[in-house]
Amino acid sequence: MPGPRRPQGPRPKIKNPGRLLARLMRFIFKKYALQLTIVIICIFVSVLASVQGTMFIQTLIDDYILPMVKQPVADYGPLLSAIAGVACFYGIGVISTFAYQKIMIYVTQGTIRAMRDELFAHMQELPVSYFDTHSHGDIMSVYTNDMDTLRQLISQSIPQLLQSAVNIASVFVCMVKLNIPLTGLTLFMVFVTLLVTKYFTGSSGRYFLAQQKDLGKVNGFIEEMLNGQKVVKVFTHEKENMEAFDEINEQLFHSANNANFYSGCLGPVNAQIGNLSYVLCAMTGGIMALAGSFGLTLGRLASFLNFNKSFNMPISQVSQQFNSIVMALAGCERIFSLLDAEPEKDNGYVNLVNAKEENGVLTESDTRTGTWAWKHTHQADGSVDYVKLTGDVVFDDVDFGYVPEKIVLHNVDLYATPGQKIAFVGSTGAGKTTITNLINRFYDIQDGKIRYDGININKIKKADLRHSLGIVLQDTHLFTASVMENIRYGKLDATDEEVYAAAKLANADTFIQQLPDGYDTVLSGDGANLSQGQRQLLAIARAAIADPPVLILDEATSSIDTRTERIVQDGMDKLMAGRTTFVIAHRLSTVKNSDCIIVLEQGRVIERGNHEQLIAKKGKYYQLYTGNTIEA
Amino acid sequence: MLKTIGAHIKEYTKASIATPVFMILEVIMETIIPLLMASIVNDGVEKGDTRHIYVTGAWMILAALFSLFCGCMGAKYGAKASMGLGKNLRGAMFAQIQTYSFANIDKFSTAGLVTRLTTDVTNIQNAYQMILRMAMRAPSTIICAMVMSFFVSPKLASIYLAAVIFLGTALVVIATFAMRYFGRAFEKYDELNESVQENVSAIRVVKAYVREEHEKNRFRSASKNIYNVFTKAESLVVLNAPLMTFTVYACILLVSWFGAHMVVSSTLEIGDLMLLLTYCMNILMNLMILSMIFVMISMSVASAKRICEVLNEESTLHNPAQPIYDVPDGSICFDHVSFRYSKSSKKPVLDDISLSIKSGETIGIIGGTGSSKTSLVSLVSRLYDVDSGLVTVGGHDVREYDMDSLRNQVAVVLQQNVLFSGTILDNLRWGDAGASEEECKHACELACADEFISAFPDGYQTHIEQGGTNVSGGQKQRLCIARALLKKPKILILDDSTSAVDTATDARIRRAFREEIPGTTKLIIAQRISSVCDADRIIVMEDGKVSGFDTHENLLKNNEIYRDVYESQTQGGGDFDEGGVS
Repeated sequence: MPGPRRPQGPRPKIKNPGRLLARLMRFIFKKYALQLTIVIICIFVSVLASVQGTMFIQTLIDDYILPMVKQPVADYGPLLSAIAGVACFYGIGVISTFAYQKIMIYVTQGTIRAMRDELFAHMQELPVSYFDTHSHGDIMSVYTNDMDTLRQLISQSIPQLLQSAVNIASVFVCMVKLNIPLTGLTLFMVFVTLLVTKYFTGSSGRYFLAQQKDLGKVNGFIEEMLNGQKVVKVFTHEKENMEAFDEINEQLFHSANNANFYSGCLGPVNAQIGNLSYVLCAMTGGIMALAGSFGLTLGRLASFLNFNKSFNMPISQVSQQFNSIVMALAGCERIFSLLDAEPEKDNGYVNLVNAKEENGVLTESDTRTGTWAWKHTHQADGSVDYVKLTGDVVFDDVDFGYVPEKIVLHNVDLYATPGQKIAFVGSTGAGKTTITNLINRFYDIQDGKIRYDGININKIKKADLRHSLGIVLQDTHLFTASVMENIRYGKLDATDEEVYAAAKLANADTFIQQLPDGYDTVLSGDGANLSQGQRQLLAIARAAIADPPVLILDEATSSIDTRTERIVQDGMDKLMAGRTTFVIAHRLSTVKNSDCIIVLEQGRVIERGNHEQLIAKKGKYYQLYTGNTIEA
Repeated sequence: MLKTIGAHIKEYTKASIATPVFMILEVIMETIIPLLMASIVNDGVEKGDTRHIYVTGAWMILAALFSLFCGCMGAKYGAKASMGLGKNLRGAMFAQIQTYSFANIDKFSTAGLVTRLTTDVTNIQNAYQMILRMAMRAPSTIICAMVMSFFVSPKLASIYLAAVIFLGTALVVIATFAMRYFGRAFEKYDELNESVQENVSAIRVVKAYVREEHEKNRFRSASKNIYNVFTKAESLVVLNAPLMTFTVYACILLVSWFGAHMVVSSTLEIGDLMLLLTYCMNILMNLMILSMIFVMISMSVASAKRICEVLNEESTLHNPAQPIYDVPDGSICFDHVSFRYSKSSKKPVLDDISLSIKSGETIGIIGGTGSSKTSLVSLVSRLYDVDSGLVTVGGHDVREYDMDSLRNQVAVVLQQNVLFSGTILDNLRWGDAGASEEECKHACELACADEFISAFPDGYQTHIEQGGTNVSGGQKQRLCIARALLKKPKILILDDSTSAVDTATDARIRRAFREEIPGTTKLIIAQRISSVCDADRIIVMEDGKVSGFDTHENLLKNNEIYRDVYESQTQGGGDFDEGGVS
């Protein structure tokens, strides 16, 4: 069932983060190896430029300003050339910053685009069972939430991580070069920062968990009660509802308050430890500079203090990035698991072709002839057989279950000779829809055989099998596009005239003409602006334009008024004329006009025959038929 | 909009004021620290005054501790204020929705309301926290550092002022354009996601017509489009970082050059030069943060707008000043009633309806979809108000009653019914909170629900999943009828409530009604003619009008529509599979 993903814990468990990250990097590198190399170089250069700048502050004071102060007439020449030199470095730094940021856009968006295309393409190949067993909300959230976190990972976290790493390393080298004892002191303070961060994320993690739980509770309550808001009104349950809501809302406030307080403290605490580190270095350094120990000069101390600051910054950045990386990898895992889902298998080799029949001999034709044939290429010797497509469908002792442990169809035998109309009747859950799911191989049978014109349907290429079958489902799905394009979905190269003809056949032309823009009216939200009957007429037109030799129809149940119902019924009848039709029937008229009625109960065929035969039999069908008027 | 949202800060006003105050104090401390720093270098190190280093160092540590205290207090009050605002907004919206009439509910989609109460509130809550903590912090850091710089050296500080103006203008320009591009990009992005959604739900159609390749191509071109708009939008944003580094570097170089001159000419001390370089970073960094906040806040404006829509929506129905609390009996009378759902629609949904129903009568209502059966009964419990005419229940205009009292006496089993998560008993007690288990069981017996409930392993304690997904459609309908029966209403309305129940059970339920609650007026809407033909009288609705109101026999004789439906259902058009299965 579609629906939003329930909020999950703040730190989802990932089985193998390393492997996931490696797979992601492979995916990116496959396409952007050169770009990424350039990015890494650019990051390195831009960090070096900034470190160089910080180093310059030391030389500025020690090598230029202090000597100049001592000169009787200050010579600005050396300072000017030094500044010019640094300016060049800076210039390169700015350019490389720009370059890597710009390249990263293409890497990020390109990777996301490739990932998205691959995801969608793969999804098209997945079997129907995947969509039946996974909530549509969950599938959607892979495209939205998970893709968004992945984008952030690639565009922000990865470059930042790289930058921080280069930064930490180069600043560290510079600090060591300047003064070793002060470097030790700085490192010690970093260690303290890490400990404190761990403590805070640990305890705020606990509060965040509580917050997520309470948020889930509140959101669940909101969703449930708003969905039932009309029931709440007619049962005058508003007061009770508000009391219940206030209680969980208050709970959420407490956990959210705690969680945010702790996470909000982390920033100031880290900043002050950084400041403390700065102060400690200044004091020790000041004393050392006075004593002249370890060759520490005033300029060197100034430089060191700047490094101290730029050392602490990337470390707290990395620790803050950590959570978002974990989140992104969890999203990645879901993306990859969709990509890894087993696609629909198709070992069919029998193709559907247009054919001409002359003197009882079938030959293949390039143009649409109205006659189709199965082209059976024998694997052993490559010889080709043609079998005329007539719409002869046979079920031979078929067993089926959506899950292997639970068989829902037992030993089903049935046969439909070309042009026949076969009606399935039986109560909800008897297995009517299931049978139609098997003919077009939305699902594969567990045991037995289904033959189509004498060919085992497993040997027929799935695409060709489905081309030969037209389906009108009970829930009509339309696409956001014009009416014209929606009908044309049945045959992509259909001319406008063909579309009009199909719409006329389906009795849809009249209402389409009355739409604001006629055939060009754009439908949206699954045809939300149309009535159920109108949507069905479009679905019939869509099937009509495909002109399939075999039809599977799922009649709509009640809730259509009698007038529209008659129009829909009439459209369906016209569509069925001359085709082998399987119909899941709800209307007595459909059932009575069928050549053969199959009565299903709990996955078994219990009766078979035409209306008169079954009435005479006085079995289940008789009961169903007369049940309607028991109380009348 | 600001006023509507701001009104819900309420008890968190103090926290909302305290947060920025602490944030500003923190910023002041952080500005003072480099000042003390400079003093250590200037007065301590240079003059060889060890005592000064210790004393100033101690002051610095004190300042850092105080800054820490302020930071944490800021976090504390910031969390309290923003989470409190979130709580109040959620509570206020939920309470407001409880006052909504059916007309109000129809106006918003359920999904839309859920988003407003969840995602939108979270957005506002986070933006508020950000405003309180960061939006105050960044400008005050800039101002403090700026003031200090001017204090140290007005000449050099003017370089910063120029830099701030330059970078600030650039960032605002970039942010404005970027927001516009991103707005467009996200629209396209939503469209793409909608088309994926459509594909997923229509996957059977896609596969049945073998349109996988077609869909892939369509998606690929849409995805390419997204790629183009996003790279265009982001190309603007990436200008931020190089511009920022450029400005910082330019400042450092300029300050170094001019600073050196000033130091040489003894108008500036070395420590002060270092101090200025520290402020440089502070100022420009916070300018960057400010521009980010600017973008984030403008993104939450849309959320604020959506929340205000809910809060400002007035209920379309109001209780009268002196309401009647007692409904005398279950008689119903429509007197020239006309009704439209929306004031703008031309054609009325109900057109000049007059009819009178005696207390205790059983009335069937039949008619095609769109013939306004549901609209007709909705007026009885005053779910909507009439446009003109009069609906009376028990002899009084429904608008004279206290709404709760009226609805407690007029029980409606809605067509789109909902069970709530909880046990079966919990659900039944929506009808009567004080009902004993026996009473609940009795109601279920009447509704033919007892038989299947007793067959559940946990019986009446069986847990119902959200939306009642673990019971079948027919079971759900019977539970909903039992729930309505527990109200012991004077009028019971069933809106197509037995459509998923087989005909035999349907008949048994109606027999139970006849025998057990004869005094209750019953209005039964149905698609099946068998569900209504044994009623005392039957209303035939056609296109918002009453086409016939009589007994089954008379209607068969006199009403063409009724006869038509009767014949189509009994002789060739009936609902097949639902019949007679037991």
